[in-house]
Amino acid sequence: MSASPALDHIEAGPHGHHYTTTGLDSRKIAVWAFIGSECMLFASLISTYLIYKGRSVVGPFPHEACNPPACATALKPILNIPVTSASTFVLLMSSLAMVLALAAVENRNLPKYSLGDRILGSSKLWLWATCILGATFLGFQSYEFTSFVHEGLSIRTNLFGSSFFTLTGFHGAHVTAGVIWLGTLLAIDYKRGLEPGDAINVDIAALYWHFVDVVWIAIFTLVYLIK
Amino acid sequence: MAHNDSAPRGGHGAEQGHGAAGAAHAAAHDAHAHPTWKQYRWVAVILTAITVVEVWVYYIPSFTRTKLFVPSLLIMSAVKFAIVVLFYMHLRYDARLFRALFTGPLIIAIVTLISLMFLFGHLAIRLAS
Amino acid sequence: MATVAASPTYAGAESGEHTGLWSWLTTVDHKRIGVLYLYTSLFVFLFGGLEAVILRAQLSGPNKHLVSAEMYNQLFTMHGTTMVFLAIMPLSAAFFNFLIPLQIGARDVAFPRLNAFSYWVYLFGGLFITLPIFFNAAPDGGWFGYAPLTTRQFSPGLHIDFWVLGIQILGISSLAAAFNFITTIVNMRAPGMNLMRMPMFTWMSFVVQFLVVLAFPVITIALFFLQFDRFFGTNFYEIGAGGDPLLWQHLFWIFGHPEVYILILPAFGLVSEVLPTNSKKPLFGYPVMVYSGILIGFLGFGVWAHHMFSVGMGPIADTVFGLTTLLIGIPTGVKIFNWIFTMWGGSIRFTTAMKFAIGLVALFTIGGISGVSHASPPADLQQTDTYYIVAHFHYVLFGGSIMGIFAGIYHYFPKMFGRMMSEKLGSWHFWLNFIAMNLTFFPMHFSGLLGMPRRIYTYDAGQGWDTFNRISTIGAYMLVLSTAIFVWNFFRSRTNGAPAPDNPWDAATLEWSIPSPPPEYNFAEIPLVESRYPLWDLTHPERTSEIPHTHDGWSDQEKAADAKPIHIERDRRTAKELGIPMPTPTIKPLFVAAGIIVMLSGLIFIHKDDKTVAAALIALGATMIVGFLYAWVTSPLEPEHH
Repeated sequence: MSASPALDHIEAGPHGHHYTTTGLDSRKIAVWAFIGSECMLFASLISTYLIYKGRSVVGPFPHEACNPPACATALKPILNIPVTSASTFVLLMSSLAMVLALAAVENRNLPKYSLGDRILGSSKLWLWATCILGATFLGFQSYEFTSFVHEGLSIRTNLFGSSFFTLTGFHGAHVTAGVIWLGTLLAIDYKRGLEPGDAINVDIAALYWHFVDVVWIAIFTLVYLIK
Repeated sequence: MAHNDSAPRGGHGAEQGHGAAGAAHAAAHDAHAHPTWKQYRWVAVILTAITVVEVWVYYIPSFTRTKLFVPSLLIMSAVKFAIVVLFYMHLRYDARLFRALFTGPLIIAIVTLISLMFLFGHLAIRLAS
Repeated sequence: MATVAASPTYAGAESGEHTGLWSWLTTVDHKRIGVLYLYTSLFVFLFGGLEAVILRAQLSGPNKHLVSAEMYNQLFTMHGTTMVFLAIMPLSAAFFNFLIPLQIGARDVAFPRLNAFSYWVYLFGGLFITLPIFFNAAPDGGWFGYAPLTTRQFSPGLHIDFWVLGIQILGISSLAAAFNFITTIVNMRAPGMNLMRMPMFTWMSFVVQFLVVLAFPVITIALFFLQFDRFFGTNFYEIGAGGDPLLWQHLFWIFGHPEVYILILPAFGLVSEVLPTNSKKPLFGYPVMVYSGILIGFLGFGVWAHHMFSVGMGPIADTVFGLTTLLIGIPTGVKIFNWIFTMWGGSIRFTTAMKFAIGLVALFTIGGISGVSHASPPADLQQTDTYYIVAHFHYVLFGGSIMGIFAGIYHYFPKMFGRMMSEKLGSWHFWLNFIAMNLTFFPMHFSGLLGMPRRIYTYDAGQGWDTFNRISTIGAYMLVLSTAIFVWNFFRSRTNGAPAPDNPWDAATLEWSIPSPPPEYNFAEIPLVESRYPLWDLTHPERTSEIPHTHDGWSDQEKAADAKPIHIERDRRTAKELGIPMPTPTIKPLFVAAGIIVMLSGLIFIHKDDKTVAAALIALGATMIVGFLYAWVTSPLEPEHH
């Protein structure tokens, strides 16, 4: 058996099978239940952001300029839509890379006829792509956070700062955990290769990754675009 | 030996009892409908396009001032949400169980959010004055 | 029929299992984990009861000074927190763990190591939140911890930090268990056990796991906000920065109301096992019982603001939540009727479990009636924050949850430990408990309506409350006596009880078809299930003749494999003899749990301004978590086989 026997456990082949009622992998069921709980987690964070929208007593504010006395000096609206649009695009493309990584692992043993096939079929390439795009998104977030702090908005400045940094910070923490998870899969791919039997593990990581992307879709609209 | 063996293969609940055939399936990709590279590319293109429209629309002040602005953004992002979930997260092609496990909590989350909007005064239904 | 005179102890030597402390620390067997939960939560229940007895002693008469006001706050906070999070939920978890795999015909839960992890997190988290009372630093903001009272400005000490972090830790335990049980119930049922054939306890537990999945994330966020306010100076609950004092209340009760259904539904499930068995009739209206359980769970998310009728939400919000609260009384009432109709025309056998089950039906109804009166916002304006509410929730939680759990303990003790509890002592326990419980809590309806507020450590004479309080305190002392009888019965029966047969109650469900206590592998041969009452099909077919029996869910595959039609197993073999692969015991879940506690303890030291200790603990805890988690996920659950 392989060096990471946990990955071979239930689905691997005719040996080591356990009867299941649904014919589905238990880990996939568990991860969807987990995603259900994450829906409520992010709904609470987003609700709080929306509840406190427009209620900060002092600036800076997301979409409006801030003038004395709410601000010591006049400030422009703090959210940077062009930069965030770019980071949103990056995260969306990371989902594409993720989907291709999973397909590459599932189809590992299919014949590859052209260069295009080989590119599409390289799980390492697409896992790298997902990680790099994810890390790029995190880079954008760090840039945004630090520039906001420079412009006078920290997590303790006002309601906007508290709810914004907590919401996007939780999201960023989820992205970070995802990048680490995918990095681990990448390391396994280098160490012994990801076989179709490992597809379930990549699938679970992918579901988590896409969900984090989908939460960002909601955040981008509700926080950045809606004034 | 009292150990139940069967070869469940992800996807359909009805696929119990595939036995050795199931294992062979596992080596190739799933027999049921499965998005192709073309479809994935299309999804990516549509996601990008909708994002472009959303940002574009944000910069049209005459539109952002209308009552249509917020609903249109909500619809556009709902569409993006849905296609990532249906196609990238494979929910369209997977067992119905996963759809239930996701949409249940999603609905409760959305209803709770909307209720909180009402309770904190961000939304209001105006009754006859 | 079991003939072994000395009934096998939990890890029988003849089964070749390990014994001793290490075997318990490394166990991943759901039955052992269930027993761990049971012992721990029973002990904690006694501790929480002790806290209540001190409260009652303090309130036995006007202007007493047994405890200071500060200590009183800690006592009632810890009594509530202990009973809700450390006693009732884990008592339910004891049954989830022990029973669910047995009832569905499985050999263990879907993720046995995650299961062990849930227990250790509960134990360590419970210690984390309870030990501070010995240093006068226990949480003191109520079990509901309303902000802004619990913000740093108004609660400057460590008390609330312990509370916030402690509840977060316990949330991890419950959430992990919920993912585990959802997967187990969905995916590990025996062939033929379709959803509408599952025992009611499993069904109610199934609903509860979804409530946990949906409700706990909300309080997690509410607690993070409070934590961030206290540690990092954020503004979520800061009125001066524009924060809304209602934010905490809404978020807390969006969790808190489903939480009370989490507390009651398992007890309902246990009663739904005990009543049919001891009436020798199938449960009346099984499908309706299932649907009403689901409806209660679902509607439970729509009633939360009935805890906030006095905050000024406005007439529309009050009306909407009043309506939904009245609505939720309907499926609950349906259950009461179904239980009554189950007993009607049956041949009742008054075992101790049966008495407690009937007790739940009666006492929960009383609690439900006061509950309906709270659903009306104008009525609630008088009742809220008075002892009338205390009466209500003790009727539903003590008369409901605890009675149901006692019913479950008496009913399942033989299966768990291979011995029978004393029916005589059980009868004493029941009657004393029943009388004492009513003596303690019924007067509170009156003192409450006469205006006695909650959470006061003392009161002046002459307001009409004195007699009621005195009666309540006498009742509380009687509860101590009745509980002592129970504890005596429990421990004595463990060693001296009559050896239990595999089906002492002549019950219908799968857990009774295997020896008491079950062998490590549960079922030597997974049964094929044909109906809702598989054992009665064998032993009392006339009882279930009207219920459809089909072979849905079977296939030639299973028939050809080792699953066998429903049968009774009396032999006790080892898994090795039978060639059944068992999960390997492991200490890793315990150390990951310990790592979490160590890390969060570090946060306490941040508040104490001891930054080096804090950093060291956080680093140590994080290392433990990452290291043992990595070892856990990369090691196989079972030794390589085939």
